[in-house]
Amino acid sequence: MRFDYPAFDYIPPPGLTEREPRHQVAIIGAGPIGLAMAVDLATRGIPSVVLDDNNVVSVGSRAICWAKRTLEIFDRLGVGERMLEKGVTWQVGRVFHGDDQIYDFDLLPETGHKYPAFINLQQYYVEQYLVERAREFPDLIDLRFRNKVVGHQDFDDYINLTVETPDGEYEIETTYTLACDGAPSPTRRRMGLPFTGQDFDENFLIVDIEMETSPFATKLAERWFWFEPTFHKGQSALLHKQPDNIYRIDLQLGPDADVTAELAEDRVLPRIRAVVGDTPFKIDWKSIYRFRCARLENFVHNRMIFVGDSAHVVSPFGARGGNGGIQDVDNLGWKLAAVLNGASPALIDSYNTERVQAADENILNSARTTNFMTPKSATEAMFRNEVLCLARTHEFARRLINAGRLSLPCALDSPLSTPGKAPVPPGAAMIDAPHDGGWLLEAVQGDFTLLSVGSARRADHADLRCVHTSDKTAVARYGDGMTYLLRPDGHVAAVFRDPTPADIASAQKRATGEMP
Amino acid sequence: MTAPTPSIYSDRIYEALMATHTGLSDAESAALNARLVLLLANEVADPDRLTELFVQARAAADG
Ligand SMILES: Cc1cc2nc3c(=O)[nH]c(=O)nc-3n(C[C@H](O)[C@H](O)[C@H](O)COP(=O)(O)OP(=O)(O)OC[C@H]3O[C@@H](n4cnc5c(N)ncnc54)[C@H](O)[C@@H]3O)c2cc1C
Repeated sequence: MRFDYPAFDYIPPPGLTEREPRHQVAIIGAGPIGLAMAVDLATRGIPSVVLDDNNVVSVGSRAICWAKRTLEIFDRLGVGERMLEKGVTWQVGRVFHGDDQIYDFDLLPETGHKYPAFINLQQYYVEQYLVERAREFPDLIDLRFRNKVVGHQDFDDYINLTVETPDGEYEIETTYTLACDGAPSPTRRRMGLPFTGQDFDENFLIVDIEMETSPFATKLAERWFWFEPTFHKGQSALLHKQPDNIYRIDLQLGPDADVTAELAEDRVLPRIRAVVGDTPFKIDWKSIYRFRCARLENFVHNRMIFVGDSAHVVSPFGARGGNGGIQDVDNLGWKLAAVLNGASPALIDSYNTERVQAADENILNSARTTNFMTPKSATEAMFRNEVLCLARTHEFARRLINAGRLSLPCALDSPLSTPGKAPVPPGAAMIDAPHDGGWLLEAVQGDFTLLSVGSARRADHADLRCVHTSDKTAVARYGDGMTYLLRPDGHVAAVFRDPTPADIASAQKRATGEMP
Repeated sequence: MTAPTPSIYSDRIYEALMATHTGLSDAESAALNARLVLLLANEVADPDRLTELFVQARAAADG
């Protein structure tokens, strides 16, 4: 079943006929990042206007792998459960070299977490769910489709945006503008900001096909990765399952591929048949991309803040683009809300420090994967080949095979953290566990929370949400007797044993940017 | 400068390494060496120590 792309209505904005009151937040771009940003702010009572040049969700599946931490954030935003229900949770991975399977692995999920390691779900569903969720905040989220931002000017204490609509141009003033306008970011270009990194000389063909018959032997969803398959000489190939009997096939084409010629149906069809055989299928979407890892030097430019692909891009293997962007949102939402409510603007600088660190980690991991998949010399190719050969018999060599590492949340080395030692150390993201018939993540995310564990004195603090857990999985994960101060984004701000109210107050001050 | 005393294993190790390559083409030997580096790196298992060794090995190539 193909996705039916609904067109969102264009409604002539008030600014065309009258001057609009200044908006606290304008969001440029209704991709997954801009939409999640609007929902996050709305959950904190902050209104925003979302401007998108288009009026449909992402064309093509694009981001399909959503990692556990991202799903936990989406849970807080109110779309996680829906994504989990619709998404495919794959369990079996197989790695092939030539025609031989080198090994397989079971992604048997560790129990005691609400969400699995990751799911596959097309980006267009994620955007659709986010649009529907955003519409549940009619007083706070003003979605404006076919509103293209064509200019902006920074007046230091506000930003003026020029917006183009089918009915002409208008202007709005905003206290903060969030550039969520994707990898080509017109905002970034307009500001002339360098976007530097590593370009990989390599082309990949991605095709979504619809196919009734599963290529896999069992009913389980699998992920197959080939190095140098005989059906696609010398290159790599990937087969992944998505909902609705849609399969994603990625084929490496080499550095010199002719992009236009390769996208022609008569070129694509035989390539796909070589993977799936005689099984009938229909092509749903096809695209070619080159890999690039790059980021802005600084994500915050006074009142213009870059979030998601506009700030950083990574090569897709390892699924860090969409996942990294959602973690930006999680990091920025509470800080921006706090600053708009009077907190120190230093908090926004910490978004820059923390998310630059995370982007560098994502870029490092994606670059390593890409380098393994695209050897650049005869020696690199030889080493990779020998890794693949050894992997058939040696467990250690399997761990060297890098066809994408699972995206894990960055452990932040942050000015907001109070140093300390604990099983979940300061800067780390919270770890889920069963709690009170539900899940810990549901109890602690969204606001500053004091979490006391097991035999620790029950958390009790007038200005903080207090949660006590005695669940044995939670106690094992967090350490008996510990008390944690968790930030609204679920990262650990401070850890204590028997804290005094003053200890807690000082850690919280630091976590809100009020102390060096 | 006095000549270093060979360890009781030195000659044996060198001989065994050469014997491992006996009868292989240059390409096969290169591949064997690659496997060997991977196996030995796994034995050392310490990325900092390995990096020191990589630097020493590289130094000779850079003169
Ligand atoms: C082939 C492919 C596969 C991928 N696979 C994965 C994966 O498995 N997992 C993963 O995590 N990530 C993956 N990614 C990356 C993921 O798609 C991106 O990271 C994600 O879309 C970024 O979201 P965004 O909202 O920042 O940008 P986008 O999704 O690009 O959205 C930007 C929005 O801004 C709008 N816009 C642009 N200019 C203007 C303007 N001037 N005015 C108004 N609106 C404007 C655009 O129309 C668009 O709606 C993949 C990407 C590709 C291309």
